[in-house]
Amino acid sequence: MSGPALHLAVEIDGDGAHPAAWRRAAHAPDRLLAPRRAAGLAAVAENAGFALITLDDGVLPPGAAPDPVGRIGAVERAAFVAASTSTIGIAPVVPVTYAEPFHVSSQLASLDHISAGRAGWVVTEEERPEAARVWGRPPVADAAGRAPESRDGVEVARALWDSWEDDAVIRSVATSRYLDRDRLHYIDFTGETYAVKGPAIVPRPPQGQLVVLGRPDLVPAAQLDVALVEGRDPASVAAAAAGAGTPRVFAEVEVALDTPDAAGAERVADLARYAPWTDRRRLRHVGSADGLVALLDELSRHVHGVRLHPLVLDEDLAVLSRLVLPALSERRLVARPLPGTSLRSALGLERPANRFATAAVQEETR
Amino acid sequence: MTRTDPLDVPRPHAQLHFGVFFQGVNHWTIWSAPDSGSQIDPASFRKVAQTAERGLFDAFFLGEGLRLREVDGRIHDLDVAGRPDAITQLAALAAVTRRIGLVSTSNSTFNEPADLARRLSGLDLLSEGRAGWNVVTTDNAWTGANFRRGGYLDHADRYRRAEEFLTVARALWDGWDDKAVATSVAAPAWSVPGAVRQVRHRGPQFDVDLAPTLPRSAQGHPVIFQAGDSGEGRDFAARNADVIFSAHGNDFDDALAFAEDIRRRLRAVGRPDDDLRILPGTEIIIGATEEEAQEKKRWIRLQQVTPATALGIAGLLWGIDLSGRDADGPLPAEDPVVAENDGSFRARRIADPRAVVAEWRAKAEAHGWSLRETVIALGPQRGHVGSPSGLADKFARFVRHGAVDGFNVTPYLIPDGLDDIVDLLVPELQERGVYRTEYTGGTLREHLGLRAPLTHRSAPGRQEAG
Repeated sequence: MSGPALHLAVEIDGDGAHPAAWRRAAHAPDRLLAPRRAAGLAAVAENAGFALITLDDGVLPPGAAPDPVGRIGAVERAAFVAASTSTIGIAPVVPVTYAEPFHVSSQLASLDHISAGRAGWVVTEEERPEAARVWGRPPVADAAGRAPESRDGVEVARALWDSWEDDAVIRSVATSRYLDRDRLHYIDFTGETYAVKGPAIVPRPPQGQLVVLGRPDLVPAAQLDVALVEGRDPASVAAAAAGAGTPRVFAEVEVALDTPDAAGAERVADLARYAPWTDRRRLRHVGSADGLVALLDELSRHVHGVRLHPLVLDEDLAVLSRLVLPALSERRLVARPLPGTSLRSALGLERPANRFATAAVQEETR
Repeated sequence: MTRTDPLDVPRPHAQLHFGVFFQGVNHWTIWSAPDSGSQIDPASFRKVAQTAERGLFDAFFLGEGLRLREVDGRIHDLDVAGRPDAITQLAALAAVTRRIGLVSTSNSTFNEPADLARRLSGLDLLSEGRAGWNVVTTDNAWTGANFRRGGYLDHADRYRRAEEFLTVARALWDGWDDKAVATSVAAPAWSVPGAVRQVRHRGPQFDVDLAPTLPRSAQGHPVIFQAGDSGEGRDFAARNADVIFSAHGNDFDDALAFAEDIRRRLRAVGRPDDDLRILPGTEIIIGATEEEAQEKKRWIRLQQVTPATALGIAGLLWGIDLSGRDADGPLPAEDPVVAENDGSFRARRIADPRAVVAEWRAKAEAHGWSLRETVIALGPQRGHVGSPSGLADKFARFVRHGAVDGFNVTPYLIPDGLDDIVDLLVPELQERGVYRTEYTGGTLREHLGLRAPLTHRSAPGRQEAG
């Protein structure tokens, strides 16, 4: 028996989930950072019917020294992609372990305006101590120290998104007022290590609140719209999903699919000559498109969505697009977003009320 | 049409450069007209940028706010407010424009070099060499209240931090050799071994150890803009900037004096005196005739200086809350409050309120002006008003005498405020040979006719930052 239709996300950073993915890419390494690259992948994902793309990031370059790989900031890539797509959701990865929450909030709110309500945010941590040196700050040593940074950063960003009520811009000619200052709010956040005053400089995002995704063991469930859960097999994914406590749960699934040229296992073995495929304790499907369809069918009973991590984007995305999504679509197992809808609507999430909105109905002053 | 012989001037072949400054605050943007558009809808930004590109402008420019403006501790509600993060918005515009430069105003006090340098690099790569950075500084605790570090910086250190910030940013932008990235999937590694260097910097402002994350763009570095007008700010620009976004563009003699001062400062630091472009911010009001332009200006000023805005501007001068008074009545009878120089906005802007008020009274009485009419006539002034041919003659004179290299135009109407300039003024300038008829380069640096980034030059003429 199948569950309800799945929301499908795909991670499109770099050349794929494997550290040596660039070896099998369809382009030379020095074309990775060309603007058309990110936009082209996004277009393929949008046409295939994915609900969401995510863009991994961190302040340190991927690929360990002495072989760093170039990576444009996820928010900048997301904004560029948003301007060249129309339907797909776009969620950059932005850690707030060291970043300024005020800037992060502004950037993400801007992305939501640019994309007309298609933006999300994948909250992660800067785990490596070198990241602190990049920011010129004392390192946050361990998981116990990083968790409060994420919690406070998300809290500040979310409060700032509410600091403008939806109708704060009134353009009242009669009173010469552009803003109704009663509909703007200081957030007055005070955490353990810092305080933020507000209000935001960016008006409230079209979605009210962006869709916030993250691991429920790293970010409090109450702050997440979508939990990203991991597990080596469907049973452990189901267990993690059952305990997530968030409105939506997505399973993380790594895929290496059979292509017309090589079996998934052969492609993995080929890349193993250069580097191991990093084990993130995630469900991994190496094999046929049909096998993946069956796996997703099984997962649809336990989760609302799946985020796919293709081994090599240039190879796997084509198979996903030509075989996997059409098969899921035929079996009504995929929820394809409709043009003109926000990411929240696509995921079946309500537009949240504003925490600061005044209870009394204000007289229209226009 | 009267024309001087174009060869009988100091710079007969000089070319005018236009930027457009999409403003996010202050009363110059008219929000009350029927065709006043959204200040946040991406379509507004796209329309202005694409119109500027149609008009062969060098750059599209965004400001930055890190805290909503307040007056007397309350959020200022009379002017446009609410705007996107600049680099994020510009990255989106990179996808829908092909040639125009994209300039972000970003603060060197409330950012960190690794993060900001990387964001600018990303914009530079996504736009294929069209990024610019307008370096601004802040020191106040009021802005700092929105940031982890709070208001930590002494006023005297703000340029020191900015300069050290630029030094680190440039080191990051130079961290990858040209051709550092492999050109084949069969290469030994993704980046050429040894072609990416760790950046270690220990100074009074920054103690960082960074792995640069991105290669150089087609223009080497983002183009550096700077707007400081104090002696310190001008010296900072002479040492570091590619473009000055000045406040000296209304009056020819003032503009020329400023330009000559900057050229002196450039020579003093060992740079060629044509190494920097001077683009004053300006408003341009165009009518079919001079009279029509003046009539349009009257309408625009009444939209910009609403009764409440007139009371706000006068209130700042008087040091008194005038809200609730009649802007269409006479000037306030009270004497202005003369406060200590407390570093406030008012104290910094108005040196001697009593003298200014005395002048306002005298002129208002002579002309029979109301308070609002007085504010319009004598308050903050800006811009050029005229017919297309009159303005083209005037601008040709400015640029051919080296008073400016162009203008950063602030439209009074979003998103259609550039239409007249592109459709009516640009052809007149082209006819006079002072404006390009097509883009000849692909990068912002090429549009502006700038040399290689300061750290990419061999001596002489090379001047390291810091």
